[in-house]
Amino acid sequence: MSPRVRSNTAASALISALTSIAARWALGLGLIVLWQILAMRAGSIFFPPPTQIAKRAVELWLSGPPSRLFLGDGVFQDILPSLFRLLAGFSLAIACGITLGTLIGRSRRISDYLDPSLQFLRAIPGPALVPVFILLLGTESTMRITLIAFGSVWPVLLNTIEGTRTVEPVQLDTAAAFKLPRRALLWRIILPAAMPKIFAGMRISLALAVILMVVSELIASTNGIGYRIQNAQIMFLLTDMWCGIVLLAFMGYILNRVFLKIEDNALSWHRGARGRSAA
Amino acid sequence: MSDAPEATIARAGFHPWKALAGSRTARRRAASAFRIAFGLAAFFLVLEFITSIGLVPAIYLPRASTIVARMVELMVDPKFLKQVLATLEAWAVGLALATLISVPIGVLIGTSELAYKMSSPVIEFMRPIPSVALIPLAILLWGQGFTMKIILVAYATTWPILLNTVYGVHDVDPIAVETARCFGLKQRTILWRISLPSAAPLIFTGIRISASIGLIVVIGSELLASADSGIGSYILFVSLNGGHMDSVLAGAAIAGIVGVLINSLFGMIDRRAFAWRYFGAAAQ
Repeated sequence: MSPRVRSNTAASALISALTSIAARWALGLGLIVLWQILAMRAGSIFFPPPTQIAKRAVELWLSGPPSRLFLGDGVFQDILPSLFRLLAGFSLAIACGITLGTLIGRSRRISDYLDPSLQFLRAIPGPALVPVFILLLGTESTMRITLIAFGSVWPVLLNTIEGTRTVEPVQLDTAAAFKLPRRALLWRIILPAAMPKIFAGMRISLALAVILMVVSELIASTNGIGYRIQNAQIMFLLTDMWCGIVLLAFMGYILNRVFLKIEDNALSWHRGARGRSAA
Repeated sequence: MSDAPEATIARAGFHPWKALAGSRTARRRAASAFRIAFGLAAFFLVLEFITSIGLVPAIYLPRASTIVARMVELMVDPKFLKQVLATLEAWAVGLALATLISVPIGVLIGTSELAYKMSSPVIEFMRPIPSVALIPLAILLWGQGFTMKIILVAYATTWPILLNTVYGVHDVDPIAVETARCFGLKQRTILWRISLPSAAPLIFTGIRISASIGLIVVIGSELLASADSGIGSYILFVSLNGGHMDSVLAGAAIAGIVGVLINSLFGMIDRRAFAWRYFGAAAQ
């Protein structure tokens, strides 16, 4: 990690690894400790100390019977429904985004004609459409999944259009010279070439999907993390509210990590093939 | 590098209107203007067709022409324009606040290896918290007015600006910095004369991404927190009072148009201010 490591002994390697880890987490831990001290001093109900939040989080989510792996009722009432809707909406967005994006992106003319309309649709704030979605689709999961999909489809759609449109001409010419069938052209040349951009779009879509998941749960909802946070606010259970916020932070962190791992595996050939010039 | 989708987009040149901007001759410009007009007209006709065949009752989903007529009415209605101004005001103040906070912090994180390492777990945990999830807390702390809105906007728009600043400052050509050092330039001069100018395009891209996000967050928070003013609270008001879907959709569409205008404005500033970047990219 650090160029300062002079000797190759295991001990010094271990020490440098430990210092590196310590440096990485020092600020985060420091901030939590600071929050703890300030919160305990101020005694404000709006900012409960982290220990109190952690205790309450364990009560809510990790106090179930051993037969359920200690998962509390909150996990089944709030976290799982939220996660299910998030993943369903996000998958729908990816499926629609990549399919439509490839169709549109393959034709320069079609993408030119559609671009203004797509830019306009993308700019419409998702929350502003909640009243319409509720009227059309009710207040069940269908409405929430549709809202998540509608709101998060644009980055992946636009990036797929851009990616499939800007395949290197040399690659296309080579494929044409070898008389590659259309299907193979799509699967072996166009989609792989567009993959890095598609993934960049998918990451933004994922972040949007999490936002819309919460939005969809703040209105006319009966379960989910967003509902829990809002309900806690109405009942003035501020520690519960903070638990929900912290849970979302963890969820976002884990989702991001998992996504990075998938992207890394899917695009490892790309980095290898392009080498430093692409990095 | 894979840690910043914003940076990837900036690098990949995410400019869907490039066809328009890049056209050199007047003929090509006219052709793309025609395509935009034709595309939008076709989009409208398709919507009109779908909404007029009666798949869903018109009270739920009014005809596209009804919505457009309502949009025209709203756009000359001073009461509605006041709401638009309230939204734009909160958006601008929040975005400015985020820029003033994130650029200095981003420069610090981007120039110091230690600060970079220490701050990354904090950023990775705080960034994914959706600003809408903070609405309940923000209502308790700051009520349902202007302050609540600008704080939520600032929170949401901080991240793209911060990350783009970090990557921009971090990726400054080391040879340029070394050269400056050889000539005896002070650390501060290097920052002002080399690091910041070379990071500026990426920072601006971050601000542009944030501008779009910010607008969505203002309108979202107005609607979800039933704020006292703004496009979002207008939409909430008309949907609760009689469920006037034409007004709801007209308000949402106007919000979309404002979003497109803001994005084009920032795109134009980007091309004017950083023309050298596109020139360099074209020359490569």
